Amino acid sequence: MSPEVNRVNHFKANLIRIVIPACAVVSALLLGAVMLGTLGANPLSGYVTMFSAAFGNLEGLANTAVKSIPLLLVGIGICIAFRSSVINIGGEGQMVVGALLASVTALAAPDLPSVVFIPLVLTVGFAGGAVWGAIPGALKAYFNVSEILSTIMLNIVAVQIMNFMLRGPMIDPEEVARGTRIPQTARLPENTDLPMLLDGLRVHLGFLIALLAAVAVWVLLWRTALGFRLRSVGLSRDAARYAGIPVKRSIITALAFSGAMAGLAGAILVFGSESHRMVTDGSSTGFTGSAGFNGIVVALFAGLHPLWSIPSALLFGGMLVGANALQRALQVPSALIIALNGLIVVFVVSSEYFRQRVQRGREVAQTLDEPAAGVAAGADPQLERVVE
Amino acid sequence: MNDFWTATILVATVASGIRLATPFLLASLGEALGQRSGVLNLGVDGVMLLGAFGAYYAVLKTNNLLLGVAVGVLLGALLGLFYAFITVNLRAQQGISGIGIYLFGLGMSDLLFQKLVGTPRPIMPFAIVRFPVLSDIPVIGEMFFDHSLIVYVAFLLVPLFTFIINRTTYGMNVRAIGENPEAADSLGVSVGRVRYSALIIGNSLAGLAGAALAIELGIFQQNLTNAMGFIAIALVYFGAWRPIGVMAGSLVFGLVASIVLQCKTLGIIPRSASDLAAMAPAVITVLALVVVANRFRQPAALTKPYIRGQ
Amino acid sequence: MSKSGFYKMIGVLLVLAFCLAPAGAWAGKALKIAIVAPSASNDLAFTQSIVDGIKAVQKERTIELAVTDGTFIVEDAAAAIRDYAQKGFDLVIAHGSQYGGSLKEIAKDFPKTAFAWGTSADTFGLPNVSSYEAASDEGGYVMGVMAAALSKKGGVGVVGPIEVGDAKLFVDGFVAGAKAQKAGIRANVNYIGSFSDVALAAEAARAHMATGADVLTGTAQMVVGAIGAARSRRVAWFGTQANQTELAPEIVVACQVYKWEVILRKILADLDSGVLGGKKYAITLANNGLVIEFNDAYKLPAGVKQAGLDAVAAIKSGKIKPLR
Repeated sequence: MSPEVNRVNHFKANLIRIVIPACAVVSALLLGAVMLGTLGANPLSGYVTMFSAAFGNLEGLANTAVKSIPLLLVGIGICIAFRSSVINIGGEGQMVVGALLASVTALAAPDLPSVVFIPLVLTVGFAGGAVWGAIPGALKAYFNVSEILSTIMLNIVAVQIMNFMLRGPMIDPEEVARGTRIPQTARLPENTDLPMLLDGLRVHLGFLIALLAAVAVWVLLWRTALGFRLRSVGLSRDAARYAGIPVKRSIITALAFSGAMAGLAGAILVFGSESHRMVTDGSSTGFTGSAGFNGIVVALFAGLHPLWSIPSALLFGGMLVGANALQRALQVPSALIIALNGLIVVFVVSSEYFRQRVQRGREVAQTLDEPAAGVAAGADPQLERVVE
Repeated sequence: MNDFWTATILVATVASGIRLATPFLLASLGEALGQRSGVLNLGVDGVMLLGAFGAYYAVLKTNNLLLGVAVGVLLGALLGLFYAFITVNLRAQQGISGIGIYLFGLGMSDLLFQKLVGTPRPIMPFAIVRFPVLSDIPVIGEMFFDHSLIVYVAFLLVPLFTFIINRTTYGMNVRAIGENPEAADSLGVSVGRVRYSALIIGNSLAGLAGAALAIELGIFQQNLTNAMGFIAIALVYFGAWRPIGVMAGSLVFGLVASIVLQCKTLGIIPRSASDLAAMAPAVITVLALVVVANRFRQPAALTKPYIRGQ
Repeated sequence: MSKSGFYKMIGVLLVLAFCLAPAGAWAGKALKIAIVAPSASNDLAFTQSIVDGIKAVQKERTIELAVTDGTFIVEDAAAAIRDYAQKGFDLVIAHGSQYGGSLKEIAKDFPKTAFAWGTSADTFGLPNVSSYEAASDEGGYVMGVMAAALSKKGGVGVVGPIEVGDAKLFVDGFVAGAKAQKAGIRANVNYIGSFSDVALAAEAARAHMATGADVLTGTAQMVVGAIGAARSRRVAWFGTQANQTELAPEIVVACQVYKWEVILRKILADLDSGVLGGKKYAITLANNGLVIEFNDAYKLPAGVKQAGLDAVAAIKSGKIKPLR
């Protein structure tokens, strides 16, 4: 085969890889249109409202960018875990623990200049998430405890720790003095406020950090020996073991990194928040906005690729922003968008079957060094073994 | 502390633990069956929510509890059929499509509730079913035979499922397909048909779990289950894929929750520590798992789509 | 595109201009008010109380109302508050104590917009923020008195969410009232740690009944579960925040209902005269912002009702101060 033909084939393969999931998204959106119609709203104006609110103007774009930060960070963490064949459903808890430890540090540390203080608290958040991720990792590696179970349970534990800390040791002394006891920390030091990137827009430094983290995770996974080890373990634990790769340590490392990204997301949520405090309404969702779960969707939609996760996070962040606008403009409950997200996931994952049928007979070489691009979640052989 | 050790309180705490365990038990029995056939469904919570709303709405409109339960089960079965189609025929990645089902159920049940009902409107809950003689036994009677019908049904399903899985041809096929679908296929067992049936039955039970929850509470609201479905999945691992183990897990989870609740009510646990006490069920479940996890192995074909000739 | 169409696009939910008799300086011009609240606007509890309050005021003057409800995600609420302020709403109401931290920062950026925040008693020293709270301990006290008088087994039970703000006030008031009526009464309190876990609230109610409580109460939106549990055992229930009688007509004795319109009128009067905030308001029994509504279908012994009415009178006259 001439290189020319080869290139054309490769191009076709890539095209199919993008077109088919796109068709899946479109069909999910069409179903959403039917639902909108059933709810008595004009589907077209519904979607126009949504997308113009999320992407139609600078403010909308800024909101979308901010909303996408935790989704992206959790998502790239999921890429690390799933690529190593460990499932991490503990993003919610890891975000909470990262945020808590970062807040404690910000409250306890002497007032430092921003250039030192911000990296310090974000690193602590990163580390907090790493610890909360390493626990299920160690339980899996040494006690064979399914990480699906332990990450779910540790979410519950983290929420209660948060409620305890924010109602007790970490509560704003003013709340105690006034007797109102709102479970929130004091205003965190101003030198930990994440600076805005642009004048007049609400996009803060966190967005930049998330983008850099996505690149860093890509480098980690495909340009370092550690990444190679993690992906080898992901492809086949037995083969990795024969090759002399420490499988147990790799599992812990993968979950720790995955948790660390979520912890960083939690810290950024706190220091980039409007209130510059950590507040709880008693649930994890009130703090995370379910980013710990939605980040999984973002990563899967991106084919578990850290760089593809960037547009994926922006898309889903935009949908969340658009959903709120939809609710206000057309009285369509924003719950519709959650249902729609679910359909999109199901459709995209299922579309992989059709992609394979179209490509049958075509030789698509997929090696460790040629990661699957595109948006189909099931595109990677190791995903078949994700749960063990 | 002495307050706790009175007969009435102990009886009430055990009874409460059994009630709390019931939706977990139903959902995890169903999930266990699906997993034994080699299919993981992370969407249990979504199925429960839709089952709960369907049952609630049917009872609200018709005042017929049986119809409500039927609607819940039927919705579960339909979602099971859909999930079987995408995982068996389309060979979709299981963990992920399950998350999709969860999000769909979470959003859809909330949407339907807001559009069709809106404000919290109570429905008639289950009546307590008492048995002659049995219910009159002191202590035991009140603990175990003073519940609604659905509680008995859930616990009777445990021996039934044990029997089906271990003693019937169908159960043998389910186990074979979960362990080694190639071998089962070569012996003429239809992998697809068995997985379809296991998923439809399993998700019907999740729908039933939701219906039981909504009707027992007499109310529906957004995210009624509060991630119960995820805990139910965890309990399948806890119970090592065996009905009896799943029951033990559900009871441990339910009882620890009810003991904590009762101690808080009596003021045995100081209010400042009540958040910490609320994490007890989760912590104990993880610790228990550390003890049992090494002894059991999951079905070998779990999460692997079956493609003949590969 | 018409002007009202434009407003719809940017997020106005309910445009209501039925009443054509506006008063004061705003005559002829609709006042634009936005509410941001954590639960559903028809939750028969906290959020519904403020929406009903505005609707009551709407009968007296022209108000364009926009509601963003169900925003239990604090950052989403902050985004909505900022959005409404940016879009030129005259008054933005942040209905949730957990929104305070965000409002404190946002209000500084919009010195010409009026904000109201509740339930709380803190205006952050800002001239454009009013705070509002409910003296829910007063109604709690009254119902505690009646509950203790009604109890035959000598036990009453409370199901609470998290020990904070409005819920804490109500619960403490209820316990104080019960103890004042019968010193030896068992008044157990269970904060379940959640505003949303209906199943746990139901089980908490059952736990109370097991310890011998035959009168129950509770606060926040998850109590619908507790009411259901109480109903199945025919145990009396006292409600708060909104009238919950329709949830269980056979067991609801009385409810403390919030009439936010009492203070909303004052806040609007401030606005009319150009004052954007800086004031603290509270609804109380004395200013009729708190009203005890009895369920006529419940056969309440006359003596018990009288004890309650006496407590109301004593609180109104200042003879009893529940938590002071």
